[in-house]
Amino acid sequence: MEDITKLTVHELVEKLDAKELTSEEIVSAYAKRIEDKEKDVGAFVTVTTDKALEKAKEVDKEGREAGSLAGIPIGIKDNLNTLGDKTTCSSKMLENYVSPYNATVVEKLNDEKIMSLGKLNMDEFAMGSSTENSAIKITHNPWDLNRVPGGSSGGSAAAVAADMVPWALGSDTGGSIREPSSFCGVVGLKPTYGLVSRYGLVAFASSLDQIGPITKDVRDNAMLLNVIAGHDDKDSTSYDVEKKDYTEALKTDVKGLKIGVPKQFFGEGINEEVKAKIKEAIEVYKEMGAEVEECDLDVAKYSLATYYIIACAEASSNLGRFDGIRYGYRAKNFKNLKELYVNSRTEAFGPEVKRRIILGTYVLSSGYYDAYYKKAQKVRTYVKEQFDKCFAKYDVLITPVAPDTAFKIGEKVDDPMSMYLADICTVSINIASIPGMSLPCGVDSKGMPIGMQILADRFNEEKIYNAAYAYEQKTKFRDSHAAEFKN
Amino acid sequence: MALSKEELLHIAKLSDLKIADDEIDDYLKKVDDILEYTEIINNAPIEGLGETIGANDNYNVFRKDEPVQFDNIPGIMENCEETERNMYKIPKVIE
Repeated sequence: MEDITKLTVHELVEKLDAKELTSEEIVSAYAKRIEDKEKDVGAFVTVTTDKALEKAKEVDKEGREAGSLAGIPIGIKDNLNTLGDKTTCSSKMLENYVSPYNATVVEKLNDEKIMSLGKLNMDEFAMGSSTENSAIKITHNPWDLNRVPGGSSGGSAAAVAADMVPWALGSDTGGSIREPSSFCGVVGLKPTYGLVSRYGLVAFASSLDQIGPITKDVRDNAMLLNVIAGHDDKDSTSYDVEKKDYTEALKTDVKGLKIGVPKQFFGEGINEEVKAKIKEAIEVYKEMGAEVEECDLDVAKYSLATYYIIACAEASSNLGRFDGIRYGYRAKNFKNLKELYVNSRTEAFGPEVKRRIILGTYVLSSGYYDAYYKKAQKVRTYVKEQFDKCFAKYDVLITPVAPDTAFKIGEKVDDPMSMYLADICTVSINIASIPGMSLPCGVDSKGMPIGMQILADRFNEEKIYNAAYAYEQKTKFRDSHAAEFKN
Repeated sequence: MALSKEELLHIAKLSDLKIADDEIDDYLKKVDDILEYTEIINNAPIEGLGETIGANDNYNVFRKDEPVQFDNIPGIMENCEETERNMYKIPKVIE
């Protein structure tokens, strides 16, 4: 029998519908795969396959009336609250925190009877681009175990690439879905800000954070976005927009699709092999009849600076809630209340988190607010306007996701600025609140995957899905490439 | 604009964090590197532009001010290291 864990979700659904597979068989296959591969990959913080198996048996009893996606398992990034399970954010601060409620996206999965296989590793509080900032464990890239999976949703992308989960949820504040998806050769979408409810997502930078799907292929991605998108009264920034079926956009025809290629995203600092692969992909679009044009979009360098000001400012405020009182780590030694706060925070936050809290507090402090924060908010306006100009002319934009492919574990860990540069092509998308996808478009000479980034205007995810699906069906990356667990 | 040791310690205090003496140089270097990079925004063509505070068009969302009972109070209390009679226990605030 073919390996169940290699199948996409839409293939699993076909087999469930045809009664060729049961949910119990699917979940059991994944439980076995996780047992086999976790020691190499280190994607999971918490494994909940036993609970998933119980739910699978119930779904099998109900039959296919239970729902079209009923019985399909999933992996969930460990910053999304899941009732009764630990939600650690890969931090010592929340190492023993058990969620007393479900995030809205988790409720939506439950409604569909999609069950969680476990919680996936990440950079502590989603701050990082390699998952090396996790206080729990190091996650390894399934294509080459000596390399990072990217971050911060490194556990989610690695688990999908290693067939340890059929699909996963991640979150993206400055590239945290797209960069690991690029590094691990999977499909990752950061939806428009406001399309998916953030209720129950542990906040990092509230005006930039967004939850999104990480999947083996484009169809699965659209299917999972269908499940999680929608207005939520519990998140006042979630938008009340008309519900769409994103699978309707999965067409192979891109004739007349207007594609802009911003030349500034292909400049200095972007690896030549990455550039070459994305240019090849652009040629494929031309062959398929898309109208491709080079364009101007000079926002990347301003965006990165703006991002680190705004994200750190919001983080310093959001992480103020961790004080050792109601939940989270509490220091053992303290003489008074103030010491309880200070010692708990100092002992439980990792170095990168502390650095960002300090940076954020600094840019918000009296005397520096105007020079940094206020100015950054104006740059944000500028970045949005530049994207608006582009989308007045083009349906989608294509850029690299990351300046390079996955780097070696430990290579950048002591140089935060060089780590931050890994986000140079992704942060402007969060600043402008538009959607962006990482789609595999080849491998470099070391055999590591390269992702191209497809962008569209706010709430135009269907244009991304159309462009991505057409390219995927034409080039079939998954047919010729797979993670090899190189040592 | 280089960050001084005094400023760093002041900011740490505002952040409820303690920086050990042997960590100061490392913090100064790394935070300075990032602040130096952010100077680039001074060259951005932002004259006359307003500030974007939220991500999308600014608007207020109102909902009815109705109390709702959270259904899992034991789940909340279990996360606190020290509780008594369904209350959080903390050190004395006023001596």
